[in-house]
Amino acid sequence: MTLIKTTYNRRSFLKSGTLAGGGMILGFSWLASCKPTPEQVSNIPKEWFDINSFLKIGDNGMVTIMSPNPEIGQNVKTSMPMIVADELGVDWKNVIVEQAPLNTDIFQRQLAGGSQSIRVGWSGLRMAGATARHMLVAAAAEAWQVDEAEITVNAGVISHAASNNSAGFGEMASKAATLPVPEEVKLKETSNFDIIGTDRRNVDGPNIVTGKPLFGIDIQEEGMMIAMIVHPPAFGMTYKSMNADDIKTMPGIKDVFPIEVYKEDTEKQWSDAGAINKLVAIVGESTWQCMQAKKALNVTWEETSALESTEGHDEALTKLLNTSSKQPARKDGNVASAFKKADKVIERTYSAPFLAHNTMEPMNFYADVTAERALFNGPIQTPEFLEKTLSSRLGMPLEKIDIKMSRMGGGFGRRLYGTFGVEAAVISQRMQTPIKLVYTREDDMTQGTYRPTYKVKYKAGLDKDGNLIAWHVKGAGSNDDLLFENRFPAGAVDNYLAEKFSLETNVTTGAWRAPRSNFVAGAEQAFLDEVAETAGKDPIEFRLELFDRAIKNPVGEPEKNDYDPVRYAGVLKLVRDKASWYGSQKNGTARGVSAYYCHNSYVAQILDLSTDTESPKVDKVWCAVDCGIVINPMAAKNQIEGGIIDGIGHATYSEMTFKDGKPQHKNYDTYRLIRHKEAPKEIESFFVDNGIDPTGLGEPSLPPIIGALANALYKATGQRHYNQPFITEKSVIG
Amino acid sequence: MANFSLKVNGETKEVDVDPSTPMLWVLRDHLKLVGTKFGCGIAQCGACTVHLGDNAVRSCQLPVSAVGEQSITTIEGLSENGDHPVQKAWIEEDVYQCGYCQAGQIMNASAFLKQNPNPTDTEIENAMNGNICRCGTYTRIKKAIKNASSISNA
Repeated sequence: MTLIKTTYNRRSFLKSGTLAGGGMILGFSWLASCKPTPEQVSNIPKEWFDINSFLKIGDNGMVTIMSPNPEIGQNVKTSMPMIVADELGVDWKNVIVEQAPLNTDIFQRQLAGGSQSIRVGWSGLRMAGATARHMLVAAAAEAWQVDEAEITVNAGVISHAASNNSAGFGEMASKAATLPVPEEVKLKETSNFDIIGTDRRNVDGPNIVTGKPLFGIDIQEEGMMIAMIVHPPAFGMTYKSMNADDIKTMPGIKDVFPIEVYKEDTEKQWSDAGAINKLVAIVGESTWQCMQAKKALNVTWEETSALESTEGHDEALTKLLNTSSKQPARKDGNVASAFKKADKVIERTYSAPFLAHNTMEPMNFYADVTAERALFNGPIQTPEFLEKTLSSRLGMPLEKIDIKMSRMGGGFGRRLYGTFGVEAAVISQRMQTPIKLVYTREDDMTQGTYRPTYKVKYKAGLDKDGNLIAWHVKGAGSNDDLLFENRFPAGAVDNYLAEKFSLETNVTTGAWRAPRSNFVAGAEQAFLDEVAETAGKDPIEFRLELFDRAIKNPVGEPEKNDYDPVRYAGVLKLVRDKASWYGSQKNGTARGVSAYYCHNSYVAQILDLSTDTESPKVDKVWCAVDCGIVINPMAAKNQIEGGIIDGIGHATYSEMTFKDGKPQHKNYDTYRLIRHKEAPKEIESFFVDNGIDPTGLGEPSLPPIIGALANALYKATGQRHYNQPFITEKSVIG
Repeated sequence: MANFSLKVNGETKEVDVDPSTPMLWVLRDHLKLVGTKFGCGIAQCGACTVHLGDNAVRSCQLPVSAVGEQSITTIEGLSENGDHPVQKAWIEEDVYQCGYCQAGQIMNASAFLKQNPNPTDTEIENAMNGNICRCGTYTRIKKAIKNASSISNA
């Protein structure tokens, strides 16, 4: 039996005036955002009872569950309420999900990032459901004058067998809402989950397929103007002057003015990284009119720092990798003497370009700022941090700022950096009117906050038996030093040296789906493949030997090694067996393998390329995942498939380059993203069933696939691929 | 500015806009039909796909002045109750992640299936290649189109 104290984030369980009017809620606010099914319409409760801040129960047993975290396509709006619903004991078909607004008083970590929503939310969500169930049971026990312990709850029905009593949640909700919050509640045994671990379709699905206004860019409010921004054409340039008077007379244009996104005394958050401080704002009646004004606008920019180019970045990273760090990130044994003793030494360098996030929904935000209060709505992964910056920038206390979270048309890290929200605020404040700021695709792609460009050099030494005795890695990136020095193969090699370097550039960078891992995994796993080949060993056996070493006799202090070699080896063995690695392989295919750990989850993949086509094409991917308990397998597989396609696509086709500070790709005509024809024909996913508390899944399937692809490409073409995007190297995929 | 009378989702709508205004923005800003999405503005991503008559077109490249008498169907008008075979198949396969590109994918797929009710995998890939999904739901989209094809032919 798992007992859990409800004191953890206790405010979540107090009656909240923000969400409820006393103990009882009247209202159908969910109708505005979510078209109910005909069944739900006939089932609309007359009264709602507020049990705690996560849920309310209708007099007919319908349950509304608040989804606390921002939804960027990672499906938390379905999976987080599933956790609450399972502990509550309600039938999922009687659940209505509502997106919670930002409310730091009652919800914890309302942030989409780091694949942490489920991992961090797990206990709190279970507790919310279990607490409500406990209160419903207590209400029934009192009504029937029976022992609480003899009461059972199943699919929204509370029963007491001995007295032959039974009641729906709706019948007990009114009473339950008045009871004190229990000090301690019993959680379900994981073996008794009946919603967690089952396939549940996306709660927004019917709204998505019918084009309902779900996204930030869809927001329409009375009196709202459209705003657009113009930013410098190059990193290293800033605004100087413009022909504002010519533009203001254009049809539909209300105003054109320069803005300062942050004042000198604005207290910035980490989420304000990547901001361009001086911009031109155009405000008009319609988007097309603003776009026309944008084209006619003539801005004079001035140079304030170096205008950088891709060649320069490349040379600078190479130079860094040819230096030695005075303070290595990690050092075990002595690599120099081990390399001298080694029978074979192999050294390879890998690189990857800057990448834009390219969410399909361009950056946008709705702002309505008056002297008394400020209302915001839009796609933001970090609403809590945005609110703090807004408070400082607008000189307004947090209580007067409200942020609603719209569904996001993709995030991938880009919407962690909510500078667009601050821009919207500044424009609305100046115009004294509600505005919706909308970026064009070109604004979005050339604004910055890119995935850094990276370079990494690996050197490995093998003894005469093909054992890995030395590993030296040097990593460098733009504004980022790339390496996770305590991850595999650290701890599995006696002589290990990791050195890392950061190249300062004025091209702004930020987290991009699976930061660092999105490059280093592919490089490391491709290098391991080459090392295994040099050692004359099977690539899976070679890795398993290393994991075995890390399990039995880890190098360095074991707690320093940031991975569990048992779980790591587990996924590799699982994918090996599922794809019959040693069995018969489909004719006309070439195969690569990879394994990686990030965001607390373990992933191993095998990728088959068909070689009988004109150019290699991804035929099938097998993916084994250990992310602990899987909340919603159907959605989890969707995340895995997306990460795999995303990884293959970006490693193969995408890059952002610079000339004289100017981004050289502005739209999808020259910036290539993976398309239908290039996607794998089939992806099959497998989960390790170990009952461990759930960990991240939005990111972990992306990084290793790049290694599996590179390794399969080698088998298919005989050529190793060291530099992303692979398309620019000799062989072509898809 | 000029007046245009448009047939959208079976209704006649009047708008007073610049003749160069793309249908994308007429739909979104003026008719408040925001299901049709802005992705790139240069006909490269397919997020803004609508039906012009029976054909899938990119509304970001379709000036309002070029529409004339032709009927326009958007995602909001694809079916009365969200039960077009393609919409049903999308729900069945739980296709979407962020969902932003899916209106365009669905509009393109539904026009394509009308012309080719029993497509092969390659035909689906070719027909859908102009619609980008940044989340990478391509394999599910393909499954859903095959599923929709079997629903329609059942």
